[in-house]
Amino acid sequence: MTWDIFYTSLPELLLAAGGTLRMTAFAFVVAAVLGLVIAILRLSGGIVGRIAFLYIELIRGIPALVLLFLIYFGLVPLGIVLGGFVAAVVALGLNGAAYLAEVYRAGIQAVDSGQHEAAQMLGMRRGQIMRDITLPQAVPIVLPPMANYLVSLLKDTSLASLIAAPELMLRSRDLAGTYYLPMEYYLLAGVMYLIMAWPMMHGVRKMERYFARGRLQGSRA
Amino acid sequence: MSGTGDVAPTPLVEVVGLTKRFGEIEVVKDVDLAVRMGEKVAIIGPSGSGKTTLLRCVAHLEKPTSGHVAIGGERIGARLVDGRWREMSDREIAHVRTGIGMVFQRFNLFPHLTALENVMLGPTRVLKQSRAEAEPLARELLRKVGLAHKAGDYPERLSGGQQQRVAIARSLAMRPRLMLFDEATSALDPELIGEVLNVMRGLARDGMTMLIVTHEMQFAEDVADRVVFMDHGRIVDEGPPHELFRSPSHPRIQAFLRAVVDREVMNETSAP
Repeated sequence: MTWDIFYTSLPELLLAAGGTLRMTAFAFVVAAVLGLVIAILRLSGGIVGRIAFLYIELIRGIPALVLLFLIYFGLVPLGIVLGGFVAAVVALGLNGAAYLAEVYRAGIQAVDSGQHEAAQMLGMRRGQIMRDITLPQAVPIVLPPMANYLVSLLKDTSLASLIAAPELMLRSRDLAGTYYLPMEYYLLAGVMYLIMAWPMMHGVRKMERYFARGRLQGSRA
Repeated sequence: MSGTGDVAPTPLVEVVGLTKRFGEIEVVKDVDLAVRMGEKVAIIGPSGSGKTTLLRCVAHLEKPTSGHVAIGGERIGARLVDGRWREMSDREIAHVRTGIGMVFQRFNLFPHLTALENVMLGPTRVLKQSRAEAEPLARELLRKVGLAHKAGDYPERLSGGQQQRVAIARSLAMRPRLMLFDEATSALDPELIGEVLNVMRGLARDGMTMLIVTHEMQFAEDVADRVVFMDHGRIVDEGPPHELFRSPSHPRIQAFLRAVVDREVMNETSAP
């Protein structure tokens, strides 16, 4: 009996899941790019370094939901009215940037200081060293935690249902209420999140195995 | 630069009143040292005597607490602007360093680049040569250090001695006028030391100006025009190797040389 309802609401749910994936992707790009900028600023020291540090500390201490409400509701009196989707991307992106900045920093600092000195002695400048020497070596260190972050971001997009942004959780809640089938619809939502998250988790495991085995083996003539 | 006859040429490296302090500890104390073009100077002395720090100050990897270093008459780290010394920018220091090659104890090859790419990085990135311009010289240098056949290998596939030879080729690719060696063979297994020292001997024969921090006394004696003995941050004595080694005047040098020779004798007797 209830299966019929599922069949009829499935297209709606799939559409909503698409919204979730889109939101995840946009927020991830914001977090990844902004996070790198913040990490580099933080490592550059001085005043900008301290501001970047403050940003990281502040954001990491505030729940993502609070940030989301601040951006969606809090900015309205200032004349800044953002749609649910955009507000969610901005809030989750800002939140993730602080987290990824720390991931990047750890990766950059894990590169041996001798690498930096050898590049300096070739006459390379700070920016060149970062681009050609440090970052390429930090990437393998940083990729697994980045992918882990992607998985948790996917799940965190469900927070956006609270500001009526179009995504899976919101649609599931609507349907669960409409048909009075909370167990069924929330279970279904859970399964759909799992199906989306699983390839990512699998990817993380593969990556970790790959890098643990030692990268760049073999030769290139 | 290449003064002839009785006119003393400006030294290529000039260390003047150099002091380096790390916190409370004075590692290098008021050192003066001049190295002429083409001269090979070995710096020896016990661990913690300040040799490596002195070398790192010449490369400006450490900023002197006081005193200064000049390369080819040009001060490194500071420049005169309107009669006042100003700290050099990142770009200016980088430019000075293009003329100085440095070989590190731990090789510091770039692990994500092949041997050939390691050697080509400086010329392509810093001297802005194209790959086509840089590659012939890079291959030639790898051949010179006996590693032409390893051009496509990543550092982790090379032995320590091979890595260090690639590192030397990488420095030479910038066509430096001065080469600094910071205990270039100390991290190597005994059987790999010879191949690196041979490359360094070849460089010396080619007339390269070299400043060599080393524990290899025989090598210092063979190659150096002058040996500088450091202890507790100061230059205690210096002179031609045969004088310094054969008739060491200073009791501290005598003690140091005795300790080193004992170690070498022990190594020889314990060898199979």
